[in-house]
Amino acid sequence: MNKVGISETRVDGYDKATGRTKYYEDRIPSEALYVRIKHAERAHALVKSVDTAAAAAIPGVVKVLTCFDVPDLPFPTAGHPWSMDPGHQDVADRHLLNRHVRYWGDDIAVVIAENEVAAMQGVRALAVEYEDLPFVLDAQKAMEPGAPQIHESFPNNILKHTDYRKGDYQAAIREPGLVKVEGWYETPTVQHCHIENHGCFAYMENGRITVVSSTQIPHIVRRVVGQALGRPWAEIQIIKPYIGGGFGNKQDALYEPLCAWCCTQVGGRPVRIDCSREETFVSNRVRHAIRFHIVTWLRPDATIAARKIELWSNQGAYASHGHSIAAKAVNSFPQHYPCDNMEGDAWTVYTNRPAAGAMRGYGMPQASFADESNIDDCAAAMHMDPVEFRRLNIMPQGFHDNFSGNTNYYDSYRECMAKGAELIDYARKREEYGHDTGNLRRGIGVATFWYNTGVYPISLETSSNRMLLNLDGTVTMQCGETEIGQGADTAFAQMAAEALGLASYRDVHVVSCQDTDITPTGLGAYASRQTYVAGFSIRQTADQLKKKILNYAQELTLLSPDCMEIVDGVIVRKADGAALMTLKELAMTAQYNPVHSEHLSAESTYTIRSNAYSFGCTFAEVEVDIQMCKARVKRIVNVHDCGKLINPALAEAQVHGGMSMAIGFGLSEQLLFDEKTGRPLNNNLLDYKLSTFMDHPNLEAAFIENPEPTSPYGTKALGEPPACSGAPAIRNAILHATGVAVNQLPINPHRLFAAFTEAGLINNPRLEEV
Amino acid sequence: MSQYKVVHCNINGRDVEKVVDVRASLTDMLRNDFRLTSVKKGCEVGECGACNVLIDGETFNSCIYLAIWAEGKRIRTLESLTGPNGELSDIQQAFLDETAIQCGFCTPGFIMTAVEILEAGKLYTDDELRKLLSGHLCRCTGYENILRAVKKTMYRRLGKEIDF
Repeated sequence: MNKVGISETRVDGYDKATGRTKYYEDRIPSEALYVRIKHAERAHALVKSVDTAAAAAIPGVVKVLTCFDVPDLPFPTAGHPWSMDPGHQDVADRHLLNRHVRYWGDDIAVVIAENEVAAMQGVRALAVEYEDLPFVLDAQKAMEPGAPQIHESFPNNILKHTDYRKGDYQAAIREPGLVKVEGWYETPTVQHCHIENHGCFAYMENGRITVVSSTQIPHIVRRVVGQALGRPWAEIQIIKPYIGGGFGNKQDALYEPLCAWCCTQVGGRPVRIDCSREETFVSNRVRHAIRFHIVTWLRPDATIAARKIELWSNQGAYASHGHSIAAKAVNSFPQHYPCDNMEGDAWTVYTNRPAAGAMRGYGMPQASFADESNIDDCAAAMHMDPVEFRRLNIMPQGFHDNFSGNTNYYDSYRECMAKGAELIDYARKREEYGHDTGNLRRGIGVATFWYNTGVYPISLETSSNRMLLNLDGTVTMQCGETEIGQGADTAFAQMAAEALGLASYRDVHVVSCQDTDITPTGLGAYASRQTYVAGFSIRQTADQLKKKILNYAQELTLLSPDCMEIVDGVIVRKADGAALMTLKELAMTAQYNPVHSEHLSAESTYTIRSNAYSFGCTFAEVEVDIQMCKARVKRIVNVHDCGKLINPALAEAQVHGGMSMAIGFGLSEQLLFDEKTGRPLNNNLLDYKLSTFMDHPNLEAAFIENPEPTSPYGTKALGEPPACSGAPAIRNAILHATGVAVNQLPINPHRLFAAFTEAGLINNPRLEEV
Repeated sequence: MSQYKVVHCNINGRDVEKVVDVRASLTDMLRNDFRLTSVKKGCEVGECGACNVLIDGETFNSCIYLAIWAEGKRIRTLESLTGPNGELSDIQQAFLDETAIQCGFCTPGFIMTAVEILEAGKLYTDDELRKLLSGHLCRCTGYENILRAVKKTMYRRLGKEIDF
């Protein structure tokens, strides 16, 4: 019986439904000291001195450490696998604490105390003397001559610039009869807002440092902590318990290095760092705000003659994932709507904002907003239906990308759009809506995206797996890929049960907690690669374990392993299906056989050297209240081709979460900064407008299951894709409803007020009579 | 005023007394003194709902409710719903069945608000349910399956057919 393609209940569901699941904070020893961080109250400055006397005198304060105490060991933080090529290693621009303050909220000092109150009082008692420096918050302004210099070795604050030139753009745009569609599109700084803040605790045991952390990437964090402390990586142990969401923020070394170092400064006693919500917003990571300039040249037949893309990605104060995001964004264009003549330029620029890192979609929600807004403008310029325009120009079946090796094996885009259009009744509504003239106006819009499943060939893709046959015939499995809420462990159990021939996915005990001392090396949760990459090592390891099991069975049955198979946990004779013995009988015999005892286990590593396109689209229906300047999503449908579904219910749930994030990105979320000081203005969940239960309609998810040829399970990316196309679909629906193109996110009432005023929709005497 | 005070209350059906710091929140007391790990901290200022518990049948964000205010109160946390042999209540089971749980961090708070809704014994509309549940933030689920779980359980308890 199949074990995949079934909506099994989560393996961790019971514990989560009863509140038993232990997150990092539930595991902190009671004697742990509290570390609280002094964050800079300047956007750009040099710390001249920190007076620690008053803080050190507070009862309960154990130690005060400042930016003048930390080792001069710059380290990178991005959750990327180590690269053997120094040219591809992440930018090491961090110190544990900073004398050069580069954003409002930068880490200057810590107070370590026996209790939380003393630690907090200690932080307030620190007197910091600053030398103020001019600051810059905008990426393009940061590139101007004379702009404040944020990192010495990066002139004009440019972390990196990449470009591509395909065909001859300048020649192509001279073709007679072309229509030019040009736009500037801008996305804001937003934050992941996992409900569990980041935090960690550290202690020393036998001279080694253990950090238990709310992280997505334990093995990578081990390396970064080693780098930051100048210790051999093997002296560091990282333990990842259950975590309360990540969405990319925890795909970075956050406070693990500082926590580990603080631990060493108090003789190895346990210390804890718990981020507040306010710290999570500012002093962890954010999504890159990106400004795009797109020029598209259309022929009279509505095909694209040439296209030029420029983008400026706001890196904030530290490199973190750096240019990878902008590169992913700019490189999405030539594949999304292939055309012969293209120019692309992407700049990633340091500014005095919080550091931007990985966030669900990794540049694609931004690129999708710009690309799909511009494409809708193109359709309008051609007086074409937006779906028809896309059908004409979008990546065709058979399209192959030489760099990634990806092929569009099916006609996934057109299939997804057809399904979405049918589900939402697009054709009728497109015709019916868009003509309203009163205060309430209805519109319907579409947007599409493509997404790379993994990171091959840019970075290493490796997955290791260990399986142990238990005495009761079940299997214990360890994976390097982490459960962060998405349901990975359940999918892994289903895939392993399928490959081994077990009776149920419940017969696979996935060790959810990764411990770098024990867990086979894997890279953790990032990109949308977990199920894809783990699939290779699970299948390979299962094949090895199965072979060992059948070889042992040969001793007992005298049958060739080729004549036997494992079916629902029973070893059977292939020819007639006769049951020979259960796995339990075999495991017990193998373990306690006085002549030949063997603990049956298998472990293997698979280096994945392929990638896979994932596709999809969003259809959104809006109602716009012109006078209230408010757009409301009435209906929204996402359609994904992520290959074969391992667990349809979990897949659907994953899509819901991404759609919700996309609606927030489209309509309400933005982290704001005071232009005069660089201070964050709304770094809390009250003022930062995260979507609530009342802010969206029912979320509808549908799938096209074209099996992915490169995956042993036919599966590919789903984790991040649902976050990509929602915002532009909403923008395009608002355009349909009102005729007003809003090119800056979020499309909140403030922005609509400006746009409607400019368009003459409000303060219009005729309208007010309606 | 002394920095410490004895609080007498009933937690999950058990009468208890505890010396607490007068500055401590109910979240601190439930987590630290009673090891009730279902009470989660997501913001500690009453924004996210992860620390939600029932106090005399009414939901409160325990992070902005002082421990000393619990004097004489009946407090219920998610732990109270699980039976002596680990049996799940209908609403917990519904969260599992409807895939309403992902990272699990907001789950306990949501379930306790669902308990308040279900114990009201009323048939709410979807809009009413959304409003009643809107004190909780979730970043994983888009709230969709949480709505299904609460709605289905509400219909079942009222012996009505579900109209999905």
